[in-house]
Amino acid sequence: MVAVPLVHIAGLVRVFGAHRVLDGVDLDVAAGEAVALLGANGAGKTTLLKIVATLLRPTRGTAQVAGHDCVRDAESARAVLGVVTHGNHIYEDLTARENLAFWARLRGQPADADMLTGALADVDLDRHATARVRTFSAGMRRRLALARLSLTTPRVLLLDEPFAGLDQRARKWLEGRLEAFKAGGGALLMATHSFGRELGLSDRLAILAGGRVALDTPRAGLDAQDVQRLYLAHAEDLS
Amino acid sequence: MAWKDLLIERRSKETLNALLFFSLALLFIFQFALGPDRERLAAVLPGLLWLGFILSGVLGLGRAFLVERENDCWEALLLAPGDKSAIYVGKLLGSLLLMAVVETLVLALFVVFFDVDLGPALPGLILVIALGTVGIAAVGTLFAAMTAQVRARELLFPVLLLPVLVPVLLGTVKATEALLLREPLGAVSHWLKLLAAADVVYLAVGVLTFDVILEG
Repeated sequence: MVAVPLVHIAGLVRVFGAHRVLDGVDLDVAAGEAVALLGANGAGKTTLLKIVATLLRPTRGTAQVAGHDCVRDAESARAVLGVVTHGNHIYEDLTARENLAFWARLRGQPADADMLTGALADVDLDRHATARVRTFSAGMRRRLALARLSLTTPRVLLLDEPFAGLDQRARKWLEGRLEAFKAGGGALLMATHSFGRELGLSDRLAILAGGRVALDTPRAGLDAQDVQRLYLAHAEDLS
Repeated sequence: MAWKDLLIERRSKETLNALLFFSLALLFIFQFALGPDRERLAAVLPGLLWLGFILSGVLGLGRAFLVERENDCWEALLLAPGDKSAIYVGKLLGSLLLMAVVETLVLALFVVFFDVDLGPALPGLILVIALGTVGIAAVGTLFAAMTAQVRARELLFPVLLLPVLVPVLLGTVKATEALLLREPLGAVSHWLKLLAAADVVYLAVGVLTFDVILEG
């Protein structure tokens, strides 16, 4: 029996002016599966994630999350999505705790003190809970952005370079968090430039080039050198 | 949303300080331009008062959504599931409170600078100011969201806003003029009705269309 994909992308096209960034992308991510999206700069990884995240409308084609169309039924799709993009989405003049409380309330959740403390402790920011984000380093800001993942229970996670700027401890925490998410039946689509340990989370690799998925292959059995070889063979040749 | 905006403003004081200095500068300019001629002053005072309110309101409202842009939080607002009109109402409440603070100080300075005796006109004047401020903030919050993501927003925002505010400007200036001339509140009831109707229309349009505007 074929598992129903939690993320279903079919014939997705996105045009910016005269530039066709996505030109018929087809990609599925099943429950309990993680797909790493690779590609050169400008290959369309972020554009693809933004369309699935309901932040951008496709020119043509379909993107669905847990059966909800990302354009026609965006509100339902958002309810099951967790998104971490390049932007950290945090207010510099609020404290770490206030930022988390605000986002919890914005999602209609209670800003329970224990829950906020737990989320901050997860990313090792509990000692900085009452410090304004303005005083945080780039890595601390990234960790605070990721702490939001502890406040929600999405079915699909869309991550754009989630490990960028993180120290080893935070990377380890995030890896554990994402493994647990997969084990719980969540679907993970992650754009990355790294061929290192981040790919250890992935069950499949999808390489974007020329506006399409140039290669979609299981990751099992591939080491970093294999991935680099595949990347050079597909991404660079076509983009 | 209102709590967050006011907390950020309390800490940064960027908008409040700018508005207070701007209002003070405006009153100084009016004072020098008009001189001590009482008759001349009486004729232009309502217009001057509302010019101060409108200009400080335009400056403040224009920044209402910049905090989202500057902190890279616009996308996160979009991603929040649920009724987006709650974001509009929250932004509106934050703007209203900020405008109320500035207008209270401008009114106090106005009394001092131009030696105006508000006396019995004050309750009626407060009602007119409240109705006018709701109208300005309702449509201003909507247009601030509309222009926050465009390049020429500083130019576009007042160009879009001011023509739509004509009924509010007309009603507030006329009602203020009559009240300062010691006419009873009943004499300006038609202007109050116009202001209330404009407020209802602007609020309804804001709540109903904010979702579309935020989604772009």
